[in-house]
Amino acid sequence: MSEKRPIISMGGRGPASGGARRTLPMPARYAINAVVVLVLLILGELMIDGGAINRYQSTVLEQVGIYIILAVSLNIATGYLGQLPLGHAGFMSMGAYGCSIFIIRVSEALGVGARDFVTGTPMALVVVVAGLIVGGLCAAVAGIIIGIPALRLKGDYLAIITLAFAEIIRVVMLNIDDVLGFELTGGAAGLTGIPGFSSFLLVFGCVAVVCFLIHTMMKSRHGRAILAIRDNEIAAEATGVNTTYYKTLAFVVSAFFAGVAGGLYAGCVGVLQPAVFGFMKSIEILVMVVLGGMGSMLGSAISATVLTILPEALRAFSEYRMIAYAVVLIIVMIFRPQGLLGSYDFSLSRIIERVMNRDFPWSKKDAAPAADVAEGKEVSADAER
Amino acid sequence: MFENVSRRQFVTGSAAAALALGLVGCGGNGGGDSAGGGDASGAIKVGIMGPHTGDNSSYGLACLNGAQLYFKQLNADGGINGKQIEPVVYDEKGDATEAVNAYNRLVQEDGVTGIVGDVTTGPTIAVAKASVADNMPCVTPSATAADVVTYGENYFRACVTDPEQGRVMANFAAEQGYKNVATLYLNGSDYSEGVNEAFCEEAEALGITITAQESYAEGDVDFNSQLTNIIGTNPDAILVPNYYQDDGMIVNQARGQGYDKVFLGVDGWSGIYGGSENYADAANLHDCYYCCAFSSSNESETATKFVEDYEAEYSETPTNFCALGYDAAMVLAGGLTAAEEAGLEPGSEDYKQAVIDGIADGTVEGVTGSIAYEGTGDPVKSSLIISFNEDGSEYTFEVLDV
Repeated sequence: MSEKRPIISMGGRGPASGGARRTLPMPARYAINAVVVLVLLILGELMIDGGAINRYQSTVLEQVGIYIILAVSLNIATGYLGQLPLGHAGFMSMGAYGCSIFIIRVSEALGVGARDFVTGTPMALVVVVAGLIVGGLCAAVAGIIIGIPALRLKGDYLAIITLAFAEIIRVVMLNIDDVLGFELTGGAAGLTGIPGFSSFLLVFGCVAVVCFLIHTMMKSRHGRAILAIRDNEIAAEATGVNTTYYKTLAFVVSAFFAGVAGGLYAGCVGVLQPAVFGFMKSIEILVMVVLGGMGSMLGSAISATVLTILPEALRAFSEYRMIAYAVVLIIVMIFRPQGLLGSYDFSLSRIIERVMNRDFPWSKKDAAPAADVAEGKEVSADAER
Repeated sequence: MFENVSRRQFVTGSAAAALALGLVGCGGNGGGDSAGGGDASGAIKVGIMGPHTGDNSSYGLACLNGAQLYFKQLNADGGINGKQIEPVVYDEKGDATEAVNAYNRLVQEDGVTGIVGDVTTGPTIAVAKASVADNMPCVTPSATAADVVTYGENYFRACVTDPEQGRVMANFAAEQGYKNVATLYLNGSDYSEGVNEAFCEEAEALGITITAQESYAEGDVDFNSQLTNIIGTNPDAILVPNYYQDDGMIVNQARGQGYDKVFLGVDGWSGIYGGSENYADAANLHDCYYCCAFSSSNESETATKFVEDYEAEYSETPTNFCALGYDAAMVLAGGLTAAEEAGLEPGSEDYKQAVIDGIADGTVEGVTGSIAYEGTGDPVKSSLIISFNEDGSEYTFEVLDV
């Protein structure tokens, strides 16, 4: 792994494209992206405060953000690692229950009231962030327990074993109170009394952090190893990649972020029932990833957005909306089986670099050499899928 | 001219079209904000929500039918204060997230002044939490969990809680002189477990011995081993606090094992015989008693009239849930009447508060008995004990007043 050249282009700088091409330094890239994210967050918050987005729309937006985190985190296991886990809802429920039980108990102990979560006092914020991390850790522990035996299997077998584990988690949530002898998850009646701590800023702040962490992980040595396993596991193992370790790592990271999303979900809805985290929830998330394109973060985010807003936008035609939803899926799968975006990923810096180099799609012939290198690499990455 | 469209171009085109449609849809959402209260047209907007598709749709649709029937009759009688009621109906598929969205949409986009809903417990709790901030008057026909009405004073229910039903049946058992009672409940169901727990607690306080508490899992169809255990303890009565499909199988299998004493049930029994299907044999239903808010066998004047009207409207016999939907609508209308009489502006905070106060202080003569609220969102109301004739038809065994 001492090789410095990327195995697959994740966009941008072809090292061999000659000195003439002007590039952005890394700190500038991060700074630009951070500023854009901040501007979008502040803009959104201002629109909500100003009443341009009413509470119905902002609640739907929060759900969009939660599904983006879920889809992007599942994308690590399906798109980057190339496995097919069907138990994402199980991790989500671990995170949701872990986070809400932690927050309920700690806020009781510290005397933080339900009002504080809505107004967002610093103490409440600390409790919420700690709760989300605890939720993520709960899910990650479940991910380790499930991942170690499950990742010895491949394909259909892995799908079935993860499905079974998610069901186990759900049934445990349902019955653990009777076993422990005290109230923990609330069983079938559900866990209530969760303060409504999710807000637009918190959810989309988490979206930004999660996307950033996943992006940097995939660009690091560890991410490259995960991609190598996806492309050819035997070859990866032969070159010295510890496949068991990296498969488990990807799986656990995926579970961790699903847990964070679960915590946000709990804060958004305010009541948790094990029945919500059934098999269909896992499928729903998987559909988002497959529709958006396995291996594309932007694709996952876009399809999570569309598939969350679509049923809401079609609410007026309530009887037909599920049909419309299904038809969209069928059409996309027939005409674009690799998903809407394939494995293409969006990079703002790449676009800025193209502008800096006067390298526009319509002026392709003038800037032929530099552009072809960058383009060619992406196309080949796309074709491999 | 489209002969040369490649698949890629087609996909791009359709993606653009889909995106545009989506944007138009989202944009459309923003348009309805100004509707506040619907007072411009002189109509009062009221929301009705519930699971109209999916697993729990039978309850949701029953409540919807009942509520719509009431508003229709009210409109035919001239509405409230000369204003017509305009129901806005949303389906939430039995999902808490969808329920919150439906609620927010009713309040923010449609500008309703009150809501009949939600129907099942989980989504109702989510809606109840969201509604506190708006102080939006809501009446749930059928959500029985204790939590529902505890978040704010704006939430009311038309039914009694699960534990309350358990206590009613325990008192009934004591009154009938049963000394030993066994129970068979559905594990993992808040309804069944809630009734079972309250029943056992109250029964033991009343000096009844609980001989056995057996449980089974969702989807079981063979109850013989549990019944053998139960019958081995020789109880005077067996409490089966579940829904009618399971109850019917349990009754048939127990009678098959030679048990011929009493069965006790709660409102989930409603519809066990003579509905869309017969879940137990008529010959097996002797000595079965269940408590219920409403039965089409009830001979009181309001109940008979409701059954007639409902059959005329939907050509089917109303269930317990239809009656509760009807009553929930009636309770909300009572509150709206109080607010209208005070001459307040619909959509204002005072108006909502007046509706809530109107509901809290008023007494409504509903088809499931007279409903009054004594400082909580839980109704104080009578309940019926229903039993079965030899041909399987129901009769009202006893009316338990408060």
